[in-house]
Amino acid sequence: MTAALDIARQADATSAARPSRRHRSWLAHVLLALCLTIATLAVAAVDPLPFADHAQEVRFQNLAKQLRCLVCQNESLQDSSAPLAADLRREVFMQMQAGKSDEQIKAWLTERYSDFVLYDPPLRTGTSLLWFGPALIVIIGGAIVFATVRKRSLAHRADHPPPPAEDDW
Amino acid sequence: MNARVLPLLGFGLLVVLLGFGIWWSSTHDLREVPSPLIDKPAPTFTLPELDDPSKMLGSRDLAGQPYLLNVFASWCFACRDEHPILMREGKRLGIRLVGFNYKDEPGDAKRWLAQYGNPYDVVIADLPGKVAIDFGVTGAPESFLVDGKGIIRFKYISPITPEVIERELLPRIAAMKEAAR
Repeated sequence: MTAALDIARQADATSAARPSRRHRSWLAHVLLALCLTIATLAVAAVDPLPFADHAQEVRFQNLAKQLRCLVCQNESLQDSSAPLAADLRREVFMQMQAGKSDEQIKAWLTERYSDFVLYDPPLRTGTSLLWFGPALIVIIGGAIVFATVRKRSLAHRADHPPPPAEDDW
Repeated sequence: MNARVLPLLGFGLLVVLLGFGIWWSSTHDLREVPSPLIDKPAPTFTLPELDDPSKMLGSRDLAGQPYLLNVFASWCFACRDEHPILMREGKRLGIRLVGFNYKDEPGDAKRWLAQYGNPYDVVIADLPGKVAIDFGVTGAPESFLVDGKGIIRFKYISPITPEVIERELLPRIAAMKEAAR
């Protein structure tokens, strides 16, 4: 950062003869230095991988987001700075380069780390409670509410019998 | 009557659920990743030995006899708790103890073993951590009990204690030897 500023200052010194451009050039250099600093901060947590193109990078990041880091289990593979996460990212990257599909890579990981590695667990007998549990609770709760309301309305009707039908004149 | 008891019953149910949760988390490690490799063949690998990297040791060399693969590293604090237990009781297992030095600088690992002692029959080094991924290693210490046919029979995450040796390892080793007979 300071080195970049020094270079900026040197550039200023050479263009000192043209005072009108001097200020603008100084500002541009500072902005450039700032952008570069922010850019390095952004990639510091995640090791740079040599992607073939932007589409591949997007695909990689999308996949890494769906995978759980086994060390810091509340972090995705994309966010984690754990050494194992870096190893797994590199491994996922290599398999991508080898032409494996996302599903194949996920299967490769679950073979080693079980479904635990997936943030979106597949529907199996063991995970059925996870999938249908919430709906089950809503149904049970709804049934209880329905029964209570019905009982109350019946009790209310028993306490307050409807007025007898009015006789015709 | 019913209207008063029902909320109390609901509250009681929540208390029971809370109690169950506390009991469950005290007896189970919720962070523990279940290994899908149990009762499956151990991954094939070849790794350099720590003492002499020119010598390679692989799953094929280890086949035929049961062994305990113990993942350790000099950077791993919990391994320091486990180490004296392996030093003292490792021989009781009666099987080969294979040290799996995980993502460790060879110099650090050698110094660590010189300082605390070496309980292992052989130590293999996985500096890049690639074979560890095949084993589904999530950290250190972790231990894999592999039988004579090369099948992983048991995995233990976190430091081995005398109770673990007594309760988990020895019965399984006895069963493995019985089956091999």
